[in-house]
Amino acid sequence: MAIIDLANPTRFLALTNRVLPWLAALTVIVFAYALYRVAYAPDDYQQGATVKIMFLHVPAAWLAMMGWGLMTVAAFGTLVWRHPLADVTAKAAAPIGAAFTFICLVTGSLWGRPMWGTYWVWDARLTSVLVLFLLYLGMLALYWTADDPNRSARAAAILALVGAINIPIIKFSVDWWNTLHQPASVLRMGGSAIDASILVPLLVMALAFTLLFLLLLLLAMRNEILRRRVRSMRMMQAASI
Amino acid sequence: MSLGPHASFIVAAYIVTVVVVIGLIAWILRDYAAQRRILGDLEQRGIKRRSQTPRGDEA
Repeated sequence: MAIIDLANPTRFLALTNRVLPWLAALTVIVFAYALYRVAYAPDDYQQGATVKIMFLHVPAAWLAMMGWGLMTVAAFGTLVWRHPLADVTAKAAAPIGAAFTFICLVTGSLWGRPMWGTYWVWDARLTSVLVLFLLYLGMLALYWTADDPNRSARAAAILALVGAINIPIIKFSVDWWNTLHQPASVLRMGGSAIDASILVPLLVMALAFTLLFLLLLLLAMRNEILRRRVRSMRMMQAASI
Repeated sequence: MSLGPHASFIVAAYIVTVVVVIGLIAWILRDYAAQRRILGDLEQRGIKRRSQTPRGDEA
């Protein structure tokens, strides 16, 4: 099957239905292994056991940004190529991205209190992630209040492209401004600053989170395709009366 | 496995994550069931999509 064939929602659904059980099983297995690695990961020499919050916070932060990145690519698909699945992808990714951004904010806050002495500071990294969460909420409001998906698709694509400016701001905020948040320690020039005994469980957990994101995305895309079919059938029904 | 003096923060972070993820999964699965039910009702009433009619081409 050529990639272009997936532009057809019926073929996409058929492929998705075949892939989903395997992806679900793989996600459960990788999560089980990740939790095992996290349980036996050593404490940090400075942070003690609170480093275990990092195994949730960092993958959630990566996926929060990846979700918006995906919506940005989908926005090009909607505006430039009018790909039938581009808006379906963006709409499906929005609540999932919002959920991971929420997890990132809450776990960060719960990590900050014992380490920094405060749940929240208005520094560049924390504020830019909060802006990302608000952008996700705006995107959801746009999708959930629109009657016609064709009209909301264009507005959502423009919002995704405008919001994409925030992604490099989040990534480089710790370098551009003085922040309480620590600088990049995994994805940085010169390699990771984290010891392998903690880095490996973190990367395994990040893989598990990514598989979960992909699984939820495919499930939500399937729902959205069905929802558009329902709408199409109701319009046919209304036209025949 | 000892979680040290800040165990409550660690446990709270994992609980919040599990609740959000389970909530998201439940919401998506409920939405799927609802869409399947509505589609089934419409099909039972003989309503077809445009792509299922001879002249249309919408998916």
